[in-house]
Amino acid sequence: MSTSFPIPDDPGFLQIKEVVKDFGPVRAVDSVSLDIARGEIFALLGSSGCGKTTLLRMLAGFETPTSGQIILNGHDLSGLEPYRRPINMMFQSYALFPHLSVWDNIAFGLRRDGLPKDEIAARVESMLRLVKLEKFGKRKPHQLSGGQQQRVALARSLVKRPQLLLLDEPLGALDKKLREETQIELVNIIKDVGVTCVMVTHDQEEAMTMADRIGVMDEGVLLQVDVPNELYETPNSRFVADFIGNVNLMEGVVVDDQPSSVTIECADCVHYVGHGITGHVGLPVTVALRPEKIYLSREEPEGEHNRVQGVVEEMSYFGSYSVYFLRLPSGAKLKVSEENDLRLRESKPTWDDTVWASWPPSAQVVLTH
Amino acid sequence: MRSDKKSRLFSRLWMFVVFGFLYLPIVSLIVYSFTESSVPNVWGGFSLRWYRALLVDSDLKESLWLSLKIATSTATAAVILGSLAAASLHRYPRFFGRTFFSGMVSAPLVMPEVIVGLSLLLMLVSLQRLLGVPDRGMVTIWLGHLLVGMAYATVVIQARLRDLNPQLEEAAQDLGAKPWQVFFLVTIPMIAQALLSAWLLTFTLSLDDVVLSAFLSGPGSTTMPLVIFSRARLGLNPSVNAIATVVVVIVAIGVTIASYVLAQQERRRSLEAAAAQRPG
Repeated sequence: MSTSFPIPDDPGFLQIKEVVKDFGPVRAVDSVSLDIARGEIFALLGSSGCGKTTLLRMLAGFETPTSGQIILNGHDLSGLEPYRRPINMMFQSYALFPHLSVWDNIAFGLRRDGLPKDEIAARVESMLRLVKLEKFGKRKPHQLSGGQQQRVALARSLVKRPQLLLLDEPLGALDKKLREETQIELVNIIKDVGVTCVMVTHDQEEAMTMADRIGVMDEGVLLQVDVPNELYETPNSRFVADFIGNVNLMEGVVVDDQPSSVTIECADCVHYVGHGITGHVGLPVTVALRPEKIYLSREEPEGEHNRVQGVVEEMSYFGSYSVYFLRLPSGAKLKVSEENDLRLRESKPTWDDTVWASWPPSAQVVLTH
Repeated sequence: MRSDKKSRLFSRLWMFVVFGFLYLPIVSLIVYSFTESSVPNVWGGFSLRWYRALLVDSDLKESLWLSLKIATSTATAAVILGSLAAASLHRYPRFFGRTFFSGMVSAPLVMPEVIVGLSLLLMLVSLQRLLGVPDRGMVTIWLGHLLVGMAYATVVIQARLRDLNPQLEEAAQDLGAKPWQVFFLVTIPMIAQALLSAWLLTFTLSLDDVVLSAFLSGPGSTTMPLVIFSRARLGLNPSVNAIATVVVVIVAIGVTIASYVLAQQERRRSLEAAAAQRPG
């Protein structure tokens, strides 16, 4: 997981400016503006139908924006056909040509550019080496495994040295174990080649592992763009907090507003948050609290804020951690995850135990919308 | 148990009766093409007499040659026009008059052939009266066969196009192929087998068509089915059996090739499906 994104030399390499796409009465992409730096791997994350794929297809040229501009390396792409764009895409189905061998699949794009034969051969060979498929050049796509097909598709989309690489659900067709191995491998290859990359995925883990920055989309709107850990630790909306990882959301009202702290009263507890917010007393807010930032204990914790008593209603053991669901006095549920760092922990909470949950003042995020 | 056995015996018997009814006439037709006798249903010993007669029967030979020429050109033109029609219906989901066009393309499939033939004849007659062309003959028969053959070809090719993964054509464009290159380098190879099936289908349709040919033929342009038909009315001799045998052999070869191609296609598709399902 990347924790920080180095300051890029060309932050506006790809500029998406107020792009809108309507399909009849439906607005699939709603005024999206976004700058992507040279060499960056950017992930568009969202559930299906959120407009991320439409945005990707507009970059490739398969859809025309209703309004707005897409600028790549200083050139406006408006009206440019897909086959004239310096952009290549890896399709979700890989879309390998079944009647061509692996070698010919990779050479397809180079042949369209009319490159000399020996250069085509050299570049195809080096691509085959890059994706470790030197021995598979003569095979037909249906003679390869899913992972090998994925690598051929990657090689085919990289061989023309595009200025921008588009990945549509790049690992969606692979099973879970292979997906985890391939994520790292794919990032290494893309970083080696140094190509700027925009990927689309619905899998937050995939986005977190692979991307330098992530843009979360919902209903055609780009809600938040940030590096993975910021997205997780400081989501700016209920949707993002809920979409990325697990979270407890509690409705409350601001009762005390100081420059460096804020107190919020919820149904079951009083939150003391150790940073200021742009709000005022009486403002209804949502407090987001991640399950792993909560501690459980049988003894009453000190202080009067950031604690609540509940009954263990459900618990699940996942090996490295356990998840508890506490029933709070108001009837709401609180999800808590605890690491199982000791083999035999004394007085581990179990079903129907009454326990205290507490958390530090830096654990919560206050969401105003 | 016993009634089970009995009913199985009965269904076997029934099957043999039906197949016998369908194929015995053809078998006997082939057998009697080798007769020495000059009556087509009397066995007078084995000979190749009627095949020799065929070689000097210029009427039959010419009609067979004409039929083959018409069938070949019909099949070729039907596949070309059919793939263009199918491709435009497939590529453009919305254009002015699409429903009308799609209906018109497949109308000859359901229209009675007699009516198609008659209306074509009437049109050609009026055209000829107005312009002096075309004379009825090979070209007019070809046009009639093409009308029906194109409908069949379009249906076959369109069905294959519908199965095609649309991302393949997009991938080709994405890699720099212009639309016409996409069509020739990706679409055509992907549907090659459907094109071959459509060609063989329209070839056979044209080869044994009687009704349209009867309406559209002119003096000196009699197709083989028409010759057989007219001879059957005047009194047959086994040379008709001989030419029918030749046709059966041609068609059998065609059908064998077509089913071999289809089986190959099926095998490849199931392999592809298996590869797509294989996780690792």
